[in-house]
Amino acid sequence: MANPRIIVVGGGLAGLSAVIKIAEMGGEVDLFSIVPVKRSHSVCAQGGINAAKNLKGEGDSTTIHLDDTVYGGDFLANQTPVKNMCDAAPGIIDLLDRMGVPFNRTPEGLLDFRRFGGTLYNRTAFAGATTGQQLLYALDEQVRRYESEGKVKKYESWEFLSSVLDSKRVCRGICAMNLRSMEVKTFPADAIILATGGIGAIFGKSTNSVVCTGSAQSAIYQQGAYYANGEFIQVHPTAIPGEDKLRLMSESARGEGGRVWVPRSKDDKRAANSIPESDRWYFLEEWYPKYGNLVPRDVATRAIHKVVYEHDLGIEGQPMVYLDLTQIDRKILDKKLEGILEIYQKFVGDDPRDVPMKIFPGMHYTMGGLWVDFNQMTNIPGVFAAGEAEYQYHGANRLGANSLVSCIFGGFLAGPNAMKYAKGLQKSESTNGIFDAEKKRQEEMNNGLMNNQGTENPFRLWRELGELMTRNCTVIRYNKKCQESDAKIVELLERMNHINLSDRTQWANTSVVFARQLYNMMQLARVIAQGAGMRDESRGAHYKPDFPERDDKNWLKTTKAYFAPEVDGPKFEFEAVDVSLVPPRPRRYDAVK
Amino acid sequence: MSDRTVRLNIERQDNPNSKPYWEEFELQWRPSMNIISALMDIAMNPVDRHGKQTMPITYDSNCLEEVCGSCAMRINGRGAMACSSLIDKLEQPIRLEPLSRFPVVRDLAVDRSVLFENLKQVKAWVPVDGTYDLGAGPRVDPAVQEQAYPLSRCISCCLCMEVCPQFTEPTRFVGAAIINQVRLFNLHPTGAHLRQEPSGASFQPWKLNV
Repeated sequence: MANPRIIVVGGGLAGLSAVIKIAEMGGEVDLFSIVPVKRSHSVCAQGGINAAKNLKGEGDSTTIHLDDTVYGGDFLANQTPVKNMCDAAPGIIDLLDRMGVPFNRTPEGLLDFRRFGGTLYNRTAFAGATTGQQLLYALDEQVRRYESEGKVKKYESWEFLSSVLDSKRVCRGICAMNLRSMEVKTFPADAIILATGGIGAIFGKSTNSVVCTGSAQSAIYQQGAYYANGEFIQVHPTAIPGEDKLRLMSESARGEGGRVWVPRSKDDKRAANSIPESDRWYFLEEWYPKYGNLVPRDVATRAIHKVVYEHDLGIEGQPMVYLDLTQIDRKILDKKLEGILEIYQKFVGDDPRDVPMKIFPGMHYTMGGLWVDFNQMTNIPGVFAAGEAEYQYHGANRLGANSLVSCIFGGFLAGPNAMKYAKGLQKSESTNGIFDAEKKRQEEMNNGLMNNQGTENPFRLWRELGELMTRNCTVIRYNKKCQESDAKIVELLERMNHINLSDRTQWANTSVVFARQLYNMMQLARVIAQGAGMRDESRGAHYKPDFPERDDKNWLKTTKAYFAPEVDGPKFEFEAVDVSLVPPRPRRYDAVK
Repeated sequence: MSDRTVRLNIERQDNPNSKPYWEEFELQWRPSMNIISALMDIAMNPVDRHGKQTMPITYDSNCLEEVCGSCAMRINGRGAMACSSLIDKLEQPIRLEPLSRFPVVRDLAVDRSVLFENLKQVKAWVPVDGTYDLGAGPRVDPAVQEQAYPLSRCISCCLCMEVCPQFTEPTRFVGAAIINQVRLFNLHPTGAHLRQEPSGASFQPWKLNV
């Protein structure tokens, strides 16, 4: 095929990276996004982006970055793609630097690096405390440049509904809905790339943005794509509890010296600042002397959970602990962490330079996602995935500051590979009717929701789903609870049949859009709950008190869920993990690894 | 549970061509509520304070951390971000209206695409040679980074345009957010020449000495 047409869905770091590569190679790109791409969830990433550039004379290398990543991920990640990512990371930083990202600098004008969790090296480049925002803007600007040259066409305020598959189950385009006119329309393409981000909304409140529902991933899973390692959900140890969402307090707060503690006595009613050192319990530093406050996220999360629920030492009896920056010089805080400190001040009202912050773990990231091969293609020919939407780089637990690099690297791979695939694609003989049929299927779903005369409110059903998933499928998992959750989701799905939309208009109707997302969230929630129930071991973010050890003999394998129409739910297969580079060894942060 | 309530008066508009109208809501108060959580409450129970069934409010939002720039609206007459506007700091009944300088899409959602169009006009990007590996970027004096970083934190919320008397058709002033980007890119050595080239456009803010 001479001039391939590629559709990229999602305008965060992964999607924009793919777009840039395709445009550079001369392909034509249609970029679909729910929000204007500059407002994508990538803006929320705060702390930084990892690359072993070894600019601090520590002897860091991409090999050590690989080791930290697979070790941090508890050996569940396929190692070849992780190696490729770590090897590419220094070049990616250079490119971002050339694009004008205002990275922090050393006095000599070189890139500055900081430490993040799960490593002993200063490997994280950063732009203040808004690295994700700065990176997204740099890529957004490059895409705008291509857009002004006519090489990229943006479809903002459009939501992906499904792929269009031909009779051989080869992807020929997408079906999408305009979020203003509510028009359902199909768009032909030689290949599509899903870069649709996270799934936080499945857990109700999370650190994710509103658009991170996982709806697109779920839709393509229901069309036959494998969803891998869905049970691996990262709960960030330090989030600020809120009414509408959980706001992240970046790991960089600990990277710059923040200390986590609780009063030693649960009856201690004194203000945090007036509690003397001897009455404070710095439990992370005590339990993990080598890494201290910078243990990986899953370890820190479980430790906080334990202190609050087993030792009953949450601040004022509430599920919260202190994250303390007050011992650090204000000038340093302003320079390195200003953005995140402002967030706390703005949404809580206290100045973290003066008083310790109150934080608690919150759902943050899915390690699991669409199954892809080493070329970023799913098992559906012509459907690629990149970024948080796929599963490939983080194993059972993601290290801080590895997400941004995995998004960009994944996009940089998916774009050219989609082009290559499209160039070799045979023209379908039977596309007649497949576009109309898919459009009709989607319109019927909309009509069904619009005309339903039930009693259920989708936003209230969502609350129930979120509370259920947060309670049973995050920090600690029990088989009984996982099974109960799945049964409850089936019940919620049944109640979806009795939905009543209070808005039945045909213009910018957020209710019908949300109801569709909610259905997809529920289908994907079953993959998470069942996957968690099945995996009888503890690995990375997945922790079962009844099976507290990692079990390589039985569980060193990738979970692959597929949608089975006959049961209207997931079935599972497993696949061996590529451990060709770093032999699995026990993962311990209380001693030298 | 407290019997405190939150009162909101919201200006609604069903579509770009219809007339705006007001609806009043009264919600259960909870500690640390913001405007977004109030709008979420209405979606869960779309009933006005007189008990009349209505529709959830359409509004733009995404990150809810005041960094994506989506949820700008007028709150008690003043342009603000809904996510960082805490209920307890606002006088009640709280008035919510869409931004006034942009076309209304529906309710509190407006069309701010003019911003993105103008970013194209001023060529707000660094013209890199390509994305292949070309080695490190230019060294940057930390003092320059400290100048550039705050400029690069603009979240494109368009509140500067909302309040600017010069953001009008006759002046062709594109708004502070755009000029801010011009300043940012003029700080970057690569491609500064591009932004000084004359062009056929009638309005060329990138030529301004800002």
